[in-house]
Amino acid sequence: MFKYLKQLTSLVAMVAVLFTFTTETMAAKKSKTLKNTQKKGFVRCGVSQGLPGFSNADAAGNWTGVDVDVCRAVAAAVLGDANKVKFTPLSAKERFTALTSNEIDILSRNTTWTLSRDADIGLTFVGVNFYDGQGFMVRKNSGYTSVNDFKNGISACTNLGTTTELNMRDFFNSKGISYEPVTFEKADEVVAAYDAGRCDTYTTDKSGLAAQRIKLSSPDDHIVLPETISKEPLGPVVRQGDSVWEDIVRWSLNTMIEAEEYGVTSANADSMKTSDNPAVKRLVGAEGELGAALGLDNDWSLRIIKQVGNYGESYKRNIADTGILPDRGPNELWTKGGILYVPPAR
Amino acid sequence: MENRGITFGYGFLSQESSFDVQFSLIEFDGSHSYFRAYLVGLLNTILVSVIGIIFATIIGVVVGIARLSNNYLINKTAAVYVEFFRNIPLLLQIFFWYFAALRALPLPQDTEPMFGFFFLTIKGFFVPAFIWNNLDIFIYSIIAAIISIIFIRIYARKKQENEGIQTPVLSISIGLLIILPLLSFLFGGVDASVEVPVLKQLSQSGFTYEGGIKLPPELISLALALSLYTATFIAECVRAGVQGVSKGQKEAAASIGLTPNQVLKLVVMPQALRIIIPPTTNQYLNLTKNSSLAAAIAYPDLVLVFAGTALMQTGRAIEIVSITMLTYLSLSISISIFMNWYNKKIAIKEK
Repeated sequence: MFKYLKQLTSLVAMVAVLFTFTTETMAAKKSKTLKNTQKKGFVRCGVSQGLPGFSNADAAGNWTGVDVDVCRAVAAAVLGDANKVKFTPLSAKERFTALTSNEIDILSRNTTWTLSRDADIGLTFVGVNFYDGQGFMVRKNSGYTSVNDFKNGISACTNLGTTTELNMRDFFNSKGISYEPVTFEKADEVVAAYDAGRCDTYTTDKSGLAAQRIKLSSPDDHIVLPETISKEPLGPVVRQGDSVWEDIVRWSLNTMIEAEEYGVTSANADSMKTSDNPAVKRLVGAEGELGAALGLDNDWSLRIIKQVGNYGESYKRNIADTGILPDRGPNELWTKGGILYVPPAR
Repeated sequence: MENRGITFGYGFLSQESSFDVQFSLIEFDGSHSYFRAYLVGLLNTILVSVIGIIFATIIGVVVGIARLSNNYLINKTAAVYVEFFRNIPLLLQIFFWYFAALRALPLPQDTEPMFGFFFLTIKGFFVPAFIWNNLDIFIYSIIAAIISIIFIRIYARKKQENEGIQTPVLSISIGLLIILPLLSFLFGGVDASVEVPVLKQLSQSGFTYEGGIKLPPELISLALALSLYTATFIAECVRAGVQGVSKGQKEAAASIGLTPNQVLKLVVMPQALRIIIPPTTNQYLNLTKNSSLAAAIAYPDLVLVFAGTALMQTGRAIEIVSITMLTYLSLSISISIFMNWYNKKIAIKEK
């Protein structure tokens, strides 16, 4: 009898340990940001002040772009509606402070992932939604065909406080060219200054050059030089310290990319539920319990694909069809010669 | 802050800044520290403030006196200027000068030289630079001239108090200021040559000037906007000051046989200054603080270099903003201490 009692108590103890363990993992799923977002009913998203193809508002105030689509995907996953996003346009200067001071929950603003930003100032980068590199735009009639033609005394316009400013210095230093940096806070001011002839060259990420060229008074008089002088992996950022929210944003982005890989589009997502491929079925929530692992329901990924589309659709709609960068270059899937490669959703 | 994963500390000030600045009074490039970037920004702020204060004062005094003129045209022109410039927001004026007025300037290759040596282009104002030999001796000669002028003034004042004889201090001072530096050229081995900016081709269509001194268009438009804007307020202070001196004072002065110049210099101005100085101090402070609008047009002042680029590169918002605030506070307090001292100096000394 005493022996049984001992066994019983150890059993009770084991159950108790197991129970506290599960409740603890359940508690860990409770994300403050997620809870606040669900309570407010919209995702707070920081975007640029207008960069066509990435985040740009039309006259009616509707935001479009690949950066915007990341936030829409999160809204679709968390709130069930891709339109439940409140966009906050931010300058390069305001962006990190807005995130760390809790004014926004996702910063999706063509922001370069670097070590110091990731580690030093309370931010966490969740992935890359656009692989970019810094380039130079010059006037066609300057006769420049390469950055090697640059001469001492050249003046270069760019955005202040960006990695561009640092790369520019590294570049001109390594070439031994003396230059005059003219830095503005807003992209529109940089474009205006370059357009007026204040600067001989305009340097920023190549996607940015392609997008801003449209704003020049005569876009055809300008060319982007072929050289790329830096790596600029652009991606969404969240606050450090909320790993559940971080996972939700990361896997919302990954879902879009993986959906393209498996050929799941906004049009065929529903029919894919009966696919023969288990990976596809997991992706649209017909198999597995992946939503629960993120603290969401199981249709979260299906909603992303149906409402926002896969990465390819987003790229085509925002960047290719608008004539900014018709060629996907490195932003093509790894299976098609690009470097877009995401961990499997399983 | 710990909750949000933000660390706090001023250690970053000694780190390498790794960015360049367009225009700097001291030597600076990316290999220097963030602290030196701070100094660069501070000096540029002081530079544009000093230029602004000097021009605002000159324009303000001229316009203020013009408003008191009996000539209808001069009077009304001054009034229109004051009403126009003080009623448009400063930021808009800065934008106007930078994005509209200076943008209309020609490209370097199309520029007609002013007086043969000055080139005003969209890329900046290129002026000749002096290349000095034995510059120190030249500076000593000027210092010697200034010191002797001070002694002569003291002597002249004593002489007037004791014997009632006036000494022509002004002409002696100007003479000294010309003769002593001239002697340094003749006997001190001082030598200056002028370096004129020359056009340099950068590409098939791009040009710039090399040599000489370059004043960036950002500095010019900012200084222009700040002085034209602040001058309107100073003009009103000057008008108020002069009108504040009662008519009887002028009439009394004239009745004892002072010339109109002496009336202005000895009777009206000393009293008017007492009314002018305190509100003008406010305008100097405003101008200094308004210079932070430089960030809008890429003039590398304290806000753009330190609270802009440095803040974004380090992400240390709290540290940098606190330093910047303290700096503006100390700048403003220094100006106000100086102006209060000057105000006390010219105030009525009752015995």
